[in-house]
Amino acid sequence: MKPSRLPWITTLLVLAFFYLPIGALILNSFNASRFGTTWQGFTWKWYARLAEREDLWLALMNSLQVAAFASIGAMILGTCAAFALHRHRSRLQTAHELLVTMPLVIPEILMGMSLLLLFVSLGVKLSLFTVTIAHITFCVSYVTLVVQARLQDFDFQIVDAARDLGATRSQAFFKVVLPLLAPGILAGGLLAFTLSVDDFVVTFFVKGPGADTLPVVIYSMIKKSREFPVINALSTLLLAITFLAVWGSQRLTAEKH
Amino acid sequence: MRKTRQEILATLPSFGWLGVFVLLPTLLVLAIAFRSTDPAGGIGPEWTLSQFVIFGSRSILVLLWRTLWISALTTLLCVVLALPVAWCIARTRKEWRPRLLLLVIVPFWTNFLIRVFAWNQILHSEGMLAGLFRTLGLLGRNDSLLFNPGAVVVVSVYTFMPFAILPLYAAAEKFDFGLLDAARDLGASAFRAFWSVFLPGIRKGITTAVAIVFVPMLGSYVVPDLVGGTDGQMIGNKIAQRNFADRNLPSASAMSAILTLAVLTPLLLRRRETREKP
Repeated sequence: MKPSRLPWITTLLVLAFFYLPIGALILNSFNASRFGTTWQGFTWKWYARLAEREDLWLALMNSLQVAAFASIGAMILGTCAAFALHRHRSRLQTAHELLVTMPLVIPEILMGMSLLLLFVSLGVKLSLFTVTIAHITFCVSYVTLVVQARLQDFDFQIVDAARDLGATRSQAFFKVVLPLLAPGILAGGLLAFTLSVDDFVVTFFVKGPGADTLPVVIYSMIKKSREFPVINALSTLLLAITFLAVWGSQRLTAEKH
Repeated sequence: MRKTRQEILATLPSFGWLGVFVLLPTLLVLAIAFRSTDPAGGIGPEWTLSQFVIFGSRSILVLLWRTLWISALTTLLCVVLALPVAWCIARTRKEWRPRLLLLVIVPFWTNFLIRVFAWNQILHSEGMLAGLFRTLGLLGRNDSLLFNPGAVVVVSVYTFMPFAILPLYAAAEKFDFGLLDAARDLGASAFRAFWSVFLPGIRKGITTAVAIVFVPMLGSYVVPDLVGGTDGQMIGNKIAQRNFADRNLPSASAMSAILTLAVLTPLLLRRRETREKP
């Protein structure tokens, strides 16, 4: 049987489709031309312009702060949820599971809109605080999924073993179960952190004046100022940071095995 | 008794949080959709059906129809393009598969807005692609590649395709490719074998891929906002406009309510269906 070449050609084209826009973006961040139509020589000036933007640094700090609180909150709530869903089978857990699935399926704009209505109805002032609450809300489900997957391979007999050896219920939990599950919980927290840093739509709906996160500032730069090369420089920088972070975390996990 | 107490203690934190910040707000949307508009920009005191009158207007029907076809076309293109990719990854040697998957995922480590922005530049009227198309005579002097429904579809396919590739690959990996050889030996054409053996074999993956792209597409907001122009707006943009520009929360709620029902009804129906057939 002659293997068909069609799937391979399509795959190559799809990969080109994936990488070309980002490649063009990186290239243009070093392009002296303002519109990136033609190559007009190598320059660092867009990066210099970037360093002058204090609002960006402030927004980055806001983003990191929100992401830190959101991932911690989501780790606590998500771990509880994963335990309850894994250990118990009941009507309550069926409802619980439905509730955990909801943030995964409703479009972001609905989540932003509905949370905005809640805050407005309760008279809560929009701020970084409301943004953090919203981020915890959509992160909980992802942490739950990750921890739940880890619990599938977890041997609960060691809890009985610990109890037989005289550990109290809470000792067994904090000294045996939690340390063993820590990598899974942290993986969930890391996912929550990246989702929080990346989020724009929900944040845009529930943010207060002046409480801008990095994606919000990037959005207004794209929308209003038309400083295309500066955004290119920022994108390239963020890309480099992401790659370093992923490469570093992969090396860390690789060395352990 | 001890067991129930333990269960309630473990369930309460997440159940309470999601109840207050997911379930309650969703119900609030459905309720405020029936409230009148307060001239000062808030939620009025009376109950009314007037927020739904707008759904009889031509402009909203056009918008809803456009939302549907853009979402459907994007989903179709995503699945059709993702199928060969999933096929190829599943057919390579086992040790190569994680690397190929990584190659698919890496571009999507970039911030979502930046990915859209990259296209903004490519399709820009001063950009390379527009210049190329003009010299080839495919694009008129004053036409633009940007700010039309086509641009929304292209950029949406770009942002959503990995979400289609992953479930399709997960299904294709479990598929027994020996069945295709068997079908060919029995005289089926390559296309027939693909259509009648492979596609039904990965049906579950296809359903997941369709749902995972189509549902968020219905609520798409950023992509049409940045590359859609006036002719490429979707219902999500209307919700945002009612909210931020017009400061009309009840009207935004009415549209959100329709969108919520459109998204949740099929999901709940599907859930019941899967529960009934074990």
